[in-house]
Amino acid sequence: MTIDALGAILLIPSVSAALLAILPGYMLAAKLNIVAALATFLTSLSLFVIEPASGQYLLLDDLNKVFIILTTFIGFTTSVFSASYIHHEIEIGRLTPAFLRFYHAMYQMLMFAMNLALVANNIGLMWVAVEVATLTTVLMVGIYRTHEALEAAWKYFILGSVGIALALFGTILVYMAARPAVGEGLDGMVWTVLVQHAAQFDPALLNVAFVFLLLGYGTKVGLAPLHAWLPDAHAEGPTPISAVLSGLLLNVALYALLRFKMMLAVNSEAIAPGPLMVTMGLISVIFAALMLYRRRDIKRMFAYSSIEHMGIIVFAFGMGGPLANFAALLHMAMHSLTKSAIFFAVGHIAQVKGTQKIADIGGLTTTNPVLGWGLMLGVIAIVGLPPFGIFMSEFLVVSSTFARAPWLTVILVLGIIIALGGLFLRVGVVMFGEPKGRTAPAEASYVPMFTHLGLVLMAGIYLPPVLVTGFQNVAKLLG
Amino acid sequence: MSSLQFDIAHLLAGSLVLASFMMLYQDRLYALLNVYALHAGVLALSVGWQAYVQQAPHLYITALIALVFKAIIIPVALHRIIKRLGIHREIENVIGIGLTMMAGIGLVALSMVVMLRVTPGADALAREDLAFALSVVLLGLLIMVTRRNAVSQVVGFMSLENGLVLAATGAKGMPLVVEISVAFSVLIAFIVIGIFLFRIRERFDSVDVQALDRFRGERR
Repeated sequence: MTIDALGAILLIPSVSAALLAILPGYMLAAKLNIVAALATFLTSLSLFVIEPASGQYLLLDDLNKVFIILTTFIGFTTSVFSASYIHHEIEIGRLTPAFLRFYHAMYQMLMFAMNLALVANNIGLMWVAVEVATLTTVLMVGIYRTHEALEAAWKYFILGSVGIALALFGTILVYMAARPAVGEGLDGMVWTVLVQHAAQFDPALLNVAFVFLLLGYGTKVGLAPLHAWLPDAHAEGPTPISAVLSGLLLNVALYALLRFKMMLAVNSEAIAPGPLMVTMGLISVIFAALMLYRRRDIKRMFAYSSIEHMGIIVFAFGMGGPLANFAALLHMAMHSLTKSAIFFAVGHIAQVKGTQKIADIGGLTTTNPVLGWGLMLGVIAIVGLPPFGIFMSEFLVVSSTFARAPWLTVILVLGIIIALGGLFLRVGVVMFGEPKGRTAPAEASYVPMFTHLGLVLMAGIYLPPVLVTGFQNVAKLLG
Repeated sequence: MSSLQFDIAHLLAGSLVLASFMMLYQDRLYALLNVYALHAGVLALSVGWQAYVQQAPHLYITALIALVFKAIIIPVALHRIIKRLGIHREIENVIGIGLTMMAGIGLVALSMVVMLRVTPGADALAREDLAFALSVVLLGLLIMVTRRNAVSQVVGFMSLENGLVLAATGAKGMPLVVEISVAFSVLIAFIVIGIFLFRIRERFDSVDVQALDRFRGERR
């Protein structure tokens, strides 16, 4: 059997994970990690040129192509950031080389699991991949072995496992609903087959299944009130992992949810998933926006901001329609790029200052101007101010909703404005005012951060027509 | 399917729910583990019977995994961990046993109402299995929220996974891939748990999750 590009984006990370697990010497391992991530990214780019055929296990369509490229790109830039991040952690003795071997192997394992979840054509396989991704991140969140890291990892493990268990129950119910129409055996779990026949499925069973899937995968997306693991996991793990969690893993869980939403959309008698998603999205936006005001830890603060943005994305997908779907996709891409850039900056800032407490960090723009202004730009982008891409996507979400449900727009905009106030209030202290804490110059890698911010800025000013048509195709696919 | 075959399958699945109820009121860790072993044993029997009734040989593998792994290896290993940690004392329940049992009955009634109502088209055995499976899942969740001890939370989670296996076997012809993955996930979960228990112990001198709560992420 020849290996096509779909196989390759699974094979490269899994082989490198095995290699990294046995390779001593963290410097070399960090380089290999970058090379592997770059190779995966380049392979995923080739999907544009040659489209491998979808089979019973793997699938490629316009929807997951967007997700795959986003995932492999941020996976690559984060691996570059990670190399300079762990260099500092080794120097101050927070991590030992033995832990780093484990860390790098787990990083590639996570990449493998996320890619598998994205290309899986089998809803069982997709579930397994999300589970593996959860377990690898649990292990990485707890890697510092501090009290907080252990609490965060335990909480993440228990809540994540329960979520994933509910998702499996939902998956089994989907199979049960499909069995009379599709027949027994493997076909009953192949997504493309399921979508073809979904119109004949028993709607009542499908409804119950979707509720379980929404609760299960929704826990992984971090929707309020199922978000409790998210701030802890982001704050206590290594910062590259926070970047990957926020930028990618939340998207992967959302992708799983979208696949099932598409299946329900085919069945006219089943409930419309939209209102459920709209409600959970709005609750997340408002809740996370209010929570931003009382944060003392800078990484936790941006974790809550991730909940807010996932809320906006789920809200927009829930509204549905070509325009709202387009806006949601754009917002997802923009949020992933911006939030990981913010975590790159925050990671180096926490290393320079030796703390994550907002109260102990001050005057960054005078002590470390490049990092400080980098973070400032990131924050300006994330709150949705022009000229960055998030302004455009939020504008599209709001304007497309306003035509159909003005009242929901009021709530959404209120949430966005509250979040803007909260973030600026906290970040203002960190950026300006008295310089506090250590003022050593940072040995940082600025390239990943400014690459991301540059892309977000570019998207805000000019979206290439290729991208627009690509996103429009996906938006149509989502219905 | 003859009515005797149906009755036996029904009996075994029902016993699984009963075993879940037994776990609810165990207030000692060893006793809880023993009931969990019983739970997994009943699951193995139930899956084995389904394999015979459905003439699906791959289900025998699932039954064997449940028997060897969940009913023997995990309970024995957890026994040893508990002994090593010296925590074979009483489990504190967050709310009283009476209330917990009432809540459990409510959850079972809920899953019956939900599942039997949405599956009128499916065959009788699959319907009953799904309803029982959902009860076991919900009771597992109840065990997890009413316990504060990390070990008993883990046991609650594993009983929840047993419910998922029951659901998967009830869904006739479901590919083996899922059952293997469930077993696999328990394996990994168990490794993770093992590492964690020791790390938590190392840090807090206790596996009471309340000790964790003192170290909230939001510190000053």
